[in-house]
Amino acid sequence: MRFIPLSESDRAHMLQTIGVASVSELFADVPDSALRSELLKIPEAMPEFDLAEYFENLAETNNPARPRNSFLGAGAYYHHVPAAVDQLLLRTEFFTCYTPYQPEVSQGTLMASYEFQTYTAGLFQMEVANASMYDGASALAEGVIMASRIRKRPKIVMSNLVNPAWRRVVETYTRYTGIEIVTVDDVATGASVSLVEAVDKSTAAVVVQSPNFLGVIEDLGSIRSACDAVDALMVVAVAEPVSLGILGGPGMFGADIVAGEGRSFGGSLSFGGPGLGMFAVKEKLARQMPGRLVGKTRDSRGRDGYVLTMATREQHIRRERATSNICSNQALCATAAAIHISLLGKRGLKELAEANLSACHYLADRIGSLEGFERACQRPFFNEVAIRLPVSPKVVNKRLARAGVTGGLDLSPCYPELNSTMLFCATEAHSKKSIDNLVEVLSEFEK
Amino acid sequence: MEFPDNLVYSKEHEWVLAEEGVATIGITDFAQGELGDIVFVELPEVGADLGRNATFGVAESVKTVSDLYCPVEGEVVEINSSLEDSPEQVNSNPYDKGWMIKVKMADPSQLDDMMSAEDYAKYIKESK
Repeated sequence: MRFIPLSESDRAHMLQTIGVASVSELFADVPDSALRSELLKIPEAMPEFDLAEYFENLAETNNPARPRNSFLGAGAYYHHVPAAVDQLLLRTEFFTCYTPYQPEVSQGTLMASYEFQTYTAGLFQMEVANASMYDGASALAEGVIMASRIRKRPKIVMSNLVNPAWRRVVETYTRYTGIEIVTVDDVATGASVSLVEAVDKSTAAVVVQSPNFLGVIEDLGSIRSACDAVDALMVVAVAEPVSLGILGGPGMFGADIVAGEGRSFGGSLSFGGPGLGMFAVKEKLARQMPGRLVGKTRDSRGRDGYVLTMATREQHIRRERATSNICSNQALCATAAAIHISLLGKRGLKELAEANLSACHYLADRIGSLEGFERACQRPFFNEVAIRLPVSPKVVNKRLARAGVTGGLDLSPCYPELNSTMLFCATEAHSKKSIDNLVEVLSEFEK
Repeated sequence: MEFPDNLVYSKEHEWVLAEEGVATIGITDFAQGELGDIVFVELPEVGADLGRNATFGVAESVKTVSDLYCPVEGEVVEINSSLEDSPEQVNSNPYDKGWMIKVKMADPSQLDDMMSAEDYAKYIKESK
């Protein structure tokens, strides 16, 4: 499409037609005090060569996390993405964030989405998965709204060990909907054990994350029993799906709705984005599910074909009574995830999970052996662990930064009672040497 | 299109068969024709209390989803669970096998406000 800006004569003609003398007359209602009298202080135009140099210099002031020397996880985990993933994504057929409507021209993209759904359902051990959501946090929020709608009850009992940022997104989504979020504090024990006491007959759903924000693997079986007692739905958040290479999927424990963050597969950390929402439900709830769903069928000649299915839930058909207002999704990131998972395969996924587990357990053992350092709780964990430090996490992270190491997350802003506790993450990216190096710096703080 | 004389009809295209204080409710031949092939019918649970003109469920066809309205106030005493596996009965047999719910009416006089077969046929003709 060509873009031709208005000329002076176009402008004059338009002003004359509507009977206004000047453009500024159109803004007569804006008080002078609200108008800027001078131009923005934007530098003069630069030659392209100088401009490139300017941004190079600016970029050099960044201190990008080097995967081997960063122990920061807390919802965004570094994993090695095989080069084949990006190479395949460069195919123009895939280069869209939209789920295509027209099956006659979109079989490849629809099949990729279908594969993603299949992997999601398999990982979560659920019956139906959709073609993706924006990210884990918004997927969880949609799951909460869906649960409340199904049960026609106002109360949602949520563990405060669900990622704090996700909880804020849930609160934002549910504000003004009549949904009441009851957040249960289980920080002291590190696992959602007292949560069940808050569950009653007005509870639509119970929300837990596993592994939770402190890295601890939750006892989903006991959560299921608490839900069954009052016929509430069980909503499980999965922030690190790599863990499912060795842990049973939430579906195995009877989860009704599972919302996950899929960036660990095929994604990058890139200043925190983009995320990839994974969403799966029990089959009987499929008609209440948000988002796009790709189905597999046969065409008139008996060949396999892929189409959007159950679209009548969606807003372009069902308008204000749609299950959600999500329309476009993360098809490109979902395709990346599907490619990554397919390259890993079943065995590769298990090995990847084991590498994460052993790296983090090595880290926990080494740091735990330092005088004055100890694990915040003695519960099973996957690739993250909360450790109490003998000094302030701020001091520790400053020292680590000087050694070129990005330390863990200072937990005190999220949980004031964990005022000297740091959340460390280790994945397959961390070598024994990089962990030993971390421990060596930390040993300077031994008591 | 057929509109049996023993039934009464609503503007939302539901029909009611009243027998001994119980209203059997479904959607009309006209409604099923407008919706097209019905693939799913969502019904309330037995025991649910429905207000007059409350939504009692949803009919989903290949092209749209439509709310189902209960023209009389009352308690759901029975639902047509065979629609779960064979929703197409609503298309093929809207007044018989395609019935949806039975409601024990709180106030049978509410039926007086509904249309006769003749009036309903006229209503459809006019609204077309």
